Amino acid sequence: MAEATLAAQSKPEEISTRPSLLHNIFLRNLSAKIAALPMVLTVLVVFVGCSAWSVIYSFTNSGSLPSGKFVGFAQYERLFKTARFVGSAENLALYGVLSLVFTMVVGFLLAVLMDQKIRFENTFRTVLLYPFALSFIVTGLVWQWIMNPNYGIQKVAFDLGFTNFRFDLLTNSDTVIYGLVIAGLWQGTGFVMVLMLAGLRSIDEEIWKAARIDGIPAWRTYLQIVIPMMRGVVITTLVIVGSGIVRLYDLVVALTQGGPGFASDVPAKYVYDYMFARGNLGQGLAASTMMLVTVLIILIPWAYIEFGPKKNK
Amino acid sequence: MESSVSIRDLSLDFGSVKVLQSLDLEVAKGEFIVLLGPSGCGKSTLLNCIAGLLDVSEGQIFIGGKNVTWAEPKDRGIGMVFQSYALYPQMTVERNLSFGLRVSGMPKAEIEQRVNRAAEILQIQPLLGRKPANLSGGQRQRVAIGRALVRDVDVFLFDEPLSNLDAKLRSDLRVEIKRLHHRLKNTMIYVTHDQIEALTLADRIAIMKNGTIQQLADPHTIYNRPVNLYVAGFIGSPSMNFLEGTLNPANQTFVADDGTVVPVGTYAFETPVSGSTKAVLGVRPEHILIGEDAKSKPFTQEVEIEIVEPMGSDTLAWTKIAGKAVTFRCDSDVVITSGQKILIGFDPARGSIFNAETTNRI
Amino acid sequence: MAVDTLEPRGMRPRPFFTPRKIIIYSLLFFISVYYLFPMYVMIVTSLKSLDEARGGNIFALPIKVTFDPWFKAWDTACTGLYCEGLKVGFLNSMKITIPSVIVSVLIASINGYALVNWRFKGSEVFFVILLFGSFIPYQVMLYPLVIILRELHMFSTLQGVILIHTVFGMPILTLLFRNYFASLPPELFKAARVDGAGFWRIFIQIMVPMSLPIFVVAMILQITGIWNDFLFGVIFAGNQNYPMTVQLNNIVNSTQGVKEYNVNMAATILTGLVPLAVYFISGKWFVRGIAAGAVKG
Repeated sequence: MAEATLAAQSKPEEISTRPSLLHNIFLRNLSAKIAALPMVLTVLVVFVGCSAWSVIYSFTNSGSLPSGKFVGFAQYERLFKTARFVGSAENLALYGVLSLVFTMVVGFLLAVLMDQKIRFENTFRTVLLYPFALSFIVTGLVWQWIMNPNYGIQKVAFDLGFTNFRFDLLTNSDTVIYGLVIAGLWQGTGFVMVLMLAGLRSIDEEIWKAARIDGIPAWRTYLQIVIPMMRGVVITTLVIVGSGIVRLYDLVVALTQGGPGFASDVPAKYVYDYMFARGNLGQGLAASTMMLVTVLIILIPWAYIEFGPKKNK
Repeated sequence: MESSVSIRDLSLDFGSVKVLQSLDLEVAKGEFIVLLGPSGCGKSTLLNCIAGLLDVSEGQIFIGGKNVTWAEPKDRGIGMVFQSYALYPQMTVERNLSFGLRVSGMPKAEIEQRVNRAAEILQIQPLLGRKPANLSGGQRQRVAIGRALVRDVDVFLFDEPLSNLDAKLRSDLRVEIKRLHHRLKNTMIYVTHDQIEALTLADRIAIMKNGTIQQLADPHTIYNRPVNLYVAGFIGSPSMNFLEGTLNPANQTFVADDGTVVPVGTYAFETPVSGSTKAVLGVRPEHILIGEDAKSKPFTQEVEIEIVEPMGSDTLAWTKIAGKAVTFRCDSDVVITSGQKILIGFDPARGSIFNAETTNRI
Repeated sequence: MAVDTLEPRGMRPRPFFTPRKIIIYSLLFFISVYYLFPMYVMIVTSLKSLDEARGGNIFALPIKVTFDPWFKAWDTACTGLYCEGLKVGFLNSMKITIPSVIVSVLIASINGYALVNWRFKGSEVFFVILLFGSFIPYQVMLYPLVIILRELHMFSTLQGVILIHTVFGMPILTLLFRNYFASLPPELFKAARVDGAGFWRIFIQIMVPMSLPIFVVAMILQITGIWNDFLFGVIFAGNQNYPMTVQLNNIVNSTQGVKEYNVNMAATILTGLVPLAVYFISGKWFVRGIAAGAVKG
């Protein structure tokens, strides 16, 4: 902006209106461009540049430092032969499917429940949404305590005489993922509920009136009229929740540290460990590229549906 | 005449807000009733009460002789058309028409027959396979009417059905609805804020304000003999001219506040007036005549034209009588210009006189 | 007319208890219990002595209320190497959150304004890439960012982590501001331009005063988001600047020593206190923020 002001002052006064108009346009654009510089830099350097760098260097044999030696798909071959990575991908897939299905279904049902003209709606919404304001670290640590087999719910049940009751999800490598899912649902369903509720409320009230006049029961109205109308909100929510799942990291670190063994390891943790702890950059970058590919698999069909060629419905 | 819809002492409150107040309304079978009023007057609320979409606080509603005050909307024998069409967007036109019937478990053959009949009446057969998104506004409204039609009910409720359409389509569909009424002879209750729709469609118009019906009468009576100042001012465009003054029954004159005297001997009083009364004299713009036509009228005055608005079919002129701005309408062939002095006159028999205090017609 | 008193009249009779109502409210009650009990467990555990926390029932109220775990969590709990409690992390989180929120909101609001009112060639393209960028897993960009910050001598510094938060907060905030500015009447902007006001004057004197609600929403979004961050803090802030979430995780998940569950829960609540306060105070603004950010996009 300072430069622009200087330029304006150095311009001789007697110049006719035409060039000064041009000058004005130039000035105006300059200010906007300077203002947008952080955005342009973020896009070019971080989102495009850094991603491209990572993808390119995932084809090298970089160890603790990036090196230029091109090794083709060797890192990927090794990646898919590494039990820990394949396991972490499987864990994420199981977690992802379960938490996606449950957050969407439960979130929608909660929204329907909240939409029944209930009293104290604000109070209930506050209660359902507060976990979303918390850090994954906080969520993870609380549930770690609740699911602690020696002191948590299992002990309470044991003390009550239910000596066969088991709630030791986190210490059992077959069930630890379900523990993650429970904690994740506790934090995330309120968010989905709010989005779905906004979707429900955006539906024209006259649609409901028309359905009542037609004598269509409420459940059928939801199922056959309202849900199809909420397509946009549902898809947007799916994309947001889905891309959040791919990133899953904090919750695992706080709740299980990836254990027992590597039973609750996830790709994001694999990437972090290989990049920053084990000094095996090539592996870390290859794994992160696979995460990117996963997101693209979610994102591209969505972008195609939403912004692609004109819809013919 | 047999009553189709009958509303008795109906009230509706939302908390302390009285939306409808002790309303009574008898609608004859086959009658076309228009509820007319500004937004917030309760006309849509009344329609929703009749439909059963809102619970009433007090009073009763009868449809076809049956007390439906507590009945579900679907059991009231009504069909309803909404302003936003409220078509189910993911269903084809055919599904939109048949969905309610399917849910009620009607045999397939009968559904098909009803849908085809409705489509034939509304001339939407070619659209049956399409989805609402691919229809024009006018086509959507036809489908919405069709959805009421297939229910095969005696009473149709319209909630501002033409408000979302542009002017041209609106007048086309208006005629369409009138034609439909002639053909089906159903009872129709129609809510609008558009007085042209009301005047052209209605057998009777109910003018509403603050949750009460001000006047219920045929369009001609509403227009020519409004019961109070509110109705007089609401109906008619441009609106009625009002002069404030005193009515002297002794010498049959109306004296405007500035002293202008209007003889009212020809006026047909509805209530006998004793003693001089503060009053308002109302004259519609088209009842003020000019030139030769004005000469024979009980009241004449030479005035200066202030502004002229040519409207195409006729011309509106603005002037002052008794210090008040007054409009009158004249033939578009008559050449008048602003600043021109001209003789105007009217017959109070065609006007309306209201008591200034009660605002009721005298 | 004589009205039969048995005829339906007036309000439809609505019994106070209908099966439908009973089902709805009991469902809501049980769901609320599920959502609230972790908070309850946290609080009661944090008020128990260690023996009671280990020996008793996690749902039981403390027999003897003690605030020692809170003091210990705040002041002396050990985070791996040091035993200075969470207060260090709290201060670090403040030092990270406050400037990050201000800088990121400022930049994003200017971005949104430029995108709506001062479009230049390619501005929409950058915006679309920015939005899609927000879906890229952070892990993909982490290492190159470490290199860049190291080159700028900002790795392991407060400035570094502030920069990172600004960059990654940009997509959602820019979207928020862009949508808001686009909803303002364009005549306002045109009138100001006819009056001869320039880019900055229009922004500061016309747009900002009209946009306080969206600034509040953006601040809420960023305060909770940045306070709750773990990944960027652990990588970019450096040991001496670890934010509260990282310190908390170190206290609870450090392997050495006896696990003091009561202190852990006190520390956990302390860490959640700031975002919870923001959430409860802001109320529907928070809801508006997440709904606006997600649904309109």
